[in-house]
Amino acid sequence: MNGLSDPVPYAVEGHGLVKRFGDFCAVDGIDIAVPAGTIYGVLGPNGAGKTTLLRMLLGIIDPDAGRRSLLGASEPLKQARSIGYLPEERGLYPSMKAVDAIAFMGALRGLSLREGRQRGRELMEGHGLSDAADKPVRALSKGMAQTVQLLGTIVHRPRLIVLDEPFSGLDAINQEKLEALIRAQADDGVTILFSTHVIAHAERLCERIAIVAGGRIRFEGSVSDARSRLRPQVRLETRRSDGAWRTAFPADALRQNNIWTFDLPDSGVEPLLKALMDGDAGIESLSIERPGLHDAFVAIAGADAAKDMGPHTIGEDA
Amino acid sequence: MKEVLRAAFVVARRDFTALIFSKAFIFFLIGPLFPVVVGVMAGGMGQRIAEDSLRPTVGVVLAAAETQALQRAHKSLAKQLGDRAIAQLMPYPAGSDPRALLANKDQKIIAVLSGSLERPVLTGKRGDVRSLKGDLSLLIGITRAGTALPDTRIATQIVADSSGSQQQGRLLTGQAAQVLLFMLTMFLAGMVLSNMVEEKTNKIIEILAAAIPVDAIFLGKLLAMLAMSFVGIAVWSTGAVVGYALLRGGAFPMPSPAVGWPMFLTLGVVYFATAYTLLGSLFIGIGAQASTVREVQTISMPITMSQVLVFFFASYTVNRMGEAPELIAAAFPFSSPFAMIARAAQSDALLPHLAAIVWQLLWVALIIRIGVRLFRRNVLKSGAGEKRRGLFSRLNVSFRRSRT
Repeated sequence: MNGLSDPVPYAVEGHGLVKRFGDFCAVDGIDIAVPAGTIYGVLGPNGAGKTTLLRMLLGIIDPDAGRRSLLGASEPLKQARSIGYLPEERGLYPSMKAVDAIAFMGALRGLSLREGRQRGRELMEGHGLSDAADKPVRALSKGMAQTVQLLGTIVHRPRLIVLDEPFSGLDAINQEKLEALIRAQADDGVTILFSTHVIAHAERLCERIAIVAGGRIRFEGSVSDARSRLRPQVRLETRRSDGAWRTAFPADALRQNNIWTFDLPDSGVEPLLKALMDGDAGIESLSIERPGLHDAFVAIAGADAAKDMGPHTIGEDA
Repeated sequence: MKEVLRAAFVVARRDFTALIFSKAFIFFLIGPLFPVVVGVMAGGMGQRIAEDSLRPTVGVVLAAAETQALQRAHKSLAKQLGDRAIAQLMPYPAGSDPRALLANKDQKIIAVLSGSLERPVLTGKRGDVRSLKGDLSLLIGITRAGTALPDTRIATQIVADSSGSQQQGRLLTGQAAQVLLFMLTMFLAGMVLSNMVEEKTNKIIEILAAAIPVDAIFLGKLLAMLAMSFVGIAVWSTGAVVGYALLRGGAFPMPSPAVGWPMFLTLGVVYFATAYTLLGSLFIGIGAQASTVREVQTISMPITMSQVLVFFFASYTVNRMGEAPELIAAAFPFSSPFAMIARAAQSDALLPHLAAIVWQLLWVALIIRIGVRLFRRNVLKSGAGEKRRGLFSRLNVSFRRSRT
C-alpha cells in the first residue's frame, strides 16, 4: 500500500488553537503535534472538545485563533487527497449502492470513479462484504454501513486518517475488526489520528495520546509516559496486623483489615520485602500492579472527567 | 479553481444521477402536464361561459317592423366586426315595461332599448348604459340609414411585412420569452431551496466539507439541478412541438426575433442558465441555513414574491428599449436575464448580451461566495480564522495595538 516515509516529521500540527461557540470555549489554546506514521489518540470525556479540535485541524471549521498544519500544508483542503476522515456522525446517501458510496468518497478525494469502484469491491471483499456491494446503503445493517463508510475513508489510500469516535456504535466483533484495520493501516506507514472516550482502545492502539478535558490538553505523550505518572500500586495481605515492618509502608497507605494498598516506595520492592520478611509480617499475598491508562486518566484529567469516560474493556461501548 | 470545478463536477454527477434515476423524476417530467390539462379544460369551459353567459344582452321593446330592421342591421354589423364585438339583442313584445323586464330574474338582459328608432330610450344601470350607448347608437344609425348606407368595398394590397407589425411582433416575442423564462426559472429553481437539507439530514455534509471546498458543494448542487432542468425542458419542449404539430400542423406562428431564431434560442438557453443559477445560488445559500424542509418552505415565500416583483419590473420595461427603466432592469442582476431576452427579441446588437452574461455570472459567483461564508459561519459554526478576517477588524486590531 503506502509504505511511505513522510517528508514531514509531524503529520498534524496545531498551535494555540481556540474555538468559541458564543460564550462557551470549546477549545482553549490547544497545542498538538502528531508524529508522522504513528497511531495517535485524542482521549477525553464527552464535550471535552475532541470533535471540535479534529474539525479545526481538518479545516471543516476555522479556529478563532491559532495555526494548524496538515501534512505540511496550512490549508488542510490542499492535502485533501492524502487525508481520510470518518466523522463522528456517520452519513451516507441511503439510495446509493454500497460500492458506489465508497467510490464517491474516493472521488471526492481525487480518485476516479472507475478506480474507486474497483478498489471498493476489493476492500468489501477483503472485509467479507462482497455480497453487500451492490445493495443500497439503506438495505445494510448499521454495522455494515459503518464499515462501508470506513472503507470509503481509506479507498483513496491516504497518508493520514482521522477518525472521530470510530468505535462508537460498533459491536465487539466489529470493534476488533476496526482495531485490526487501524493497525494494518499504521503498518503501511499511514498516520492515524483518532478520538475516543473509550480508554481501552487508546491503551491498546496508541503510541501517543493527548488527554483533553475542558477544551485543554492535560497530558500529551506516550501511553507509558501517562502511566508512569503514577507509581505502581502495591497490594499486600498479611497474617499479622502490626509490627515493625509497617515502617516500610508510606504514611498514606490504605488499610482494610489486614489488606494494605499503597504506592510502591521510591526505594523499590526489595527493601519492602526485606522489612516484611525480617519483621515476620506473614505475607499471605503480594502484588505490584502497574497503573492502567484509566488510572492515569483519572489522575491527569480528574475524577469528574473520568466519570464521563467510556468502559475500560472492549465491546462495552456498543 | 480547477480543484473547485473538479469537485463540483463530482458532486453534480452524484446529484444528477440520483435525481434522474429516481422514481420521483417521472413525476417531475409529467408535472407540467397537469396544469396544461387543467388549463385547457378551464379555458374551454371559460370560453363557453364567456360565449353563452357573459356577452351582454339588450332587450328590444320597439314596434315589430323596427325590431326586424334593427336585427337585420345587427346581423350585417356583426358580420363586419365579429359576432362578439356588439351586444346581443333580445326582442320583447311592444309595450313591455323596460323596468319590469330588468327586474325579472328569469331574463338575462342588462339593458332595454325602447321608444322608437327615431327617439330611442336606453334603460339600465349607469355603467351598462354608458358602455352600451355608443354601440347601440351606431347600430340604430345603420338601421335608420338602411339601403342608403353605401356598401364600400376596399381593394387590398398585401406586403410581406411592415415595420409596425414587425415591431409589434418582436415585442410579443420578447414578452412571451420573458414569461416562459420566468415560469421555468421559478418552477425549477425553487427545488434548489431544499437541496442542502438532504446532506444535513444524512450527515453527509461533514464528509463533503472535509474533502472539498464548500463552494464546490454549492456549485455542484446547482449544476446538477440545472442539468436536470435542461433534461426536463428538453422533454417538455419536444412534447410541446410534437403536440403542436399533431394538433395544428405547420410552423409555430411566432414573429422572428431581431437576432434571428438560432441566436435567440441560444441566448434563451444561456439566459435561462444564468437566471436559474442566479436565483438558484440565492436559494441554495438561504436553503442551506435551514435545517428542516418546513423551514425551507417558510423562507421560500418571500423570495418567490420578490422574484415576482422583479419579473413585473422586467416586463414593464419590454417596450421601453434604451430608456432608464430598461437599462436598470438589464443591470440589476436578478432582472437582467429577463430584460436581456426581451432585448434580444427587439434589437440585433449582440455585444450587450456578452457583457450581460459575464455580469450575471459574476453575480452568481458572488452570491455563492456569500452563501458559502454564511453557511460556514452559521451552520458549520466556523470561526473567523486569521486569514478570513475582514479588513475592518484587522485595521481595528492594528489600531488597538498601536495604542497599547
